[in-house]
Amino acid sequence: MIEIKNIKKSFGDKTVLKGIDSVFYDGKCNLIIGTSGSGKTVLIKCMVGLFQPDAGEVLYAGNNFFDISNEQKKNIRKEIGMLFQGSALFDSLNVEQNVMFPLEMFTNDKYSIKKKRVNEVLARVNIVDANKKYPAEISGGMKKRVALARAIVLNPKYLFCDEPNSGLDPQTSLVIDKLIKEITTEFNITTVINTHDMNSVMEIGDNILYLYMGGKEWEGTNKDIILSKNEKLNDFIFASEFLKDAKTMRTIQETGEIPEGVKEELRDSIEENLNIDLDEDGFIGKK
Amino acid sequence: MFNGMFRTPENRKMYWKQFMLQCNDIGIGSLGIITIISVFIGAVSTLQTAYQLVSPIIPKTTIAQIVRDSVILEFAPTLSCIVLAGVVGSKIASELGNMRVSEQIDALEIMGINTKAYLILPKILAGLIMIPLLIIISMVLGIWGGRLAGNLSGIIDASIFDKGVLMDFLPYNVVFALTKSFVFAFLITAIPAFYGYYVKGGALEIGKASTRAVVVACVLLLLADYVLSFLML
Repeated sequence: MIEIKNIKKSFGDKTVLKGIDSVFYDGKCNLIIGTSGSGKTVLIKCMVGLFQPDAGEVLYAGNNFFDISNEQKKNIRKEIGMLFQGSALFDSLNVEQNVMFPLEMFTNDKYSIKKKRVNEVLARVNIVDANKKYPAEISGGMKKRVALARAIVLNPKYLFCDEPNSGLDPQTSLVIDKLIKEITTEFNITTVINTHDMNSVMEIGDNILYLYMGGKEWEGTNKDIILSKNEKLNDFIFASEFLKDAKTMRTIQETGEIPEGVKEELRDSIEENLNIDLDEDGFIGKK
Repeated sequence: MFNGMFRTPENRKMYWKQFMLQCNDIGIGSLGIITIISVFIGAVSTLQTAYQLVSPIIPKTTIAQIVRDSVILEFAPTLSCIVLAGVVGSKIASELGNMRVSEQIDALEIMGINTKAYLILPKILAGLIMIPLLIIISMVLGIWGGRLAGNLSGIIDASIFDKGVLMDFLPYNVVFALTKSFVFAFLITAIPAFYGYYVKGGALEIGKASTRAVVVACVLLLLADYVLSFLML
């Protein structure tokens, strides 16, 4: 479990995080969501120690990451795996060498054992016959999977994913989401995912933290999110055309009335798409 | 930049591997260009010195002496290192810059690896070992190039050139040249490493950092050349 308490971070005059508190649970996909610039990446970077927060605590199993010795920090970092937005694979190493890198750095196992482990995790993320390929020779989705394999090769307790679906098509995004979810459950990892992809939120969001302008605006599960009355959260989750319809449906269900403007919008859409003219009552006129 | 660079390595074997990789990149990787410029510098030195020494009372061995001292004192260490600042310096700056921008350095840090020790220190150490070796090779090739050019053009016979090269030779000049090469090696590796490691932004900034690193390294190298010559000669 990871707990954050009152995390504050500013860059010059700009306050990016305004005192965030939350708990991220074991064996669950904990999502941090919010619009671009809401402070998601800064929060995740504070949590893994890439940024030093101005105030607050990041507790890994009760130990504040910023109050412990360098040696203890190193030990915690060995338990952290991270999937970066751009994959962050080492360009000069091939797929196998990339995944083997943490093993070579932190274990004294024989090469055959390390290779076996590499093949295991690559198989786990559905990468086959690509061991000798370099990052430049594989697709974006494969890069993410290789990066995920590298992140889990040392059996981490904590997995951080910074926008794992950015730049991927919806189908590949779904594959990555499912993979992260499976791995999280299978190895009881505390997974923290930073995303603004609503498909991911609905698919794997066991615990969701919504940030707005650097502050914590809402927290809950993917079951609560659609029914939430928080306006800022609603603006965020119902921003897509598809989810606007879901919001309309919810309003109709709750009030029994069609919201204002919807009829007009629907009529305009029908008129434009079918090239016809509708009268006030919705009957077909002439165009 | 040097703060925290000298901590105990996480895995000595991996650091040694990285050091050897850098030795190969800096040393073997620059051997071709150093060979070419050294031979031509020596050759041109012979031809130009002979062109200027027109008096019949000056022995031809003087040409070899001038070529030898020019190559050892200035051409081999300074000119070679300016070229190396471009070749090695831009490579170091762009490699580290790309790693920073594409979050590869962040990935290493999250793994618990001391990135300054793992990425920068092997480059500086490899430079401190390989660049002086390249300068020694450059000295030898420069003098050999001068001998070859003198012989081929008929300006000076090879045996007279050899005699001139050995005449009044001061081993201190080699000490001076090697001292310079150590200082230059540090500048050539540390300055680009600094610019690359701390780059912010994207591809454009990597290019800018790389150019700035080479320019700053070259200027400081020339300044160091002057200061060392003033102090040691």
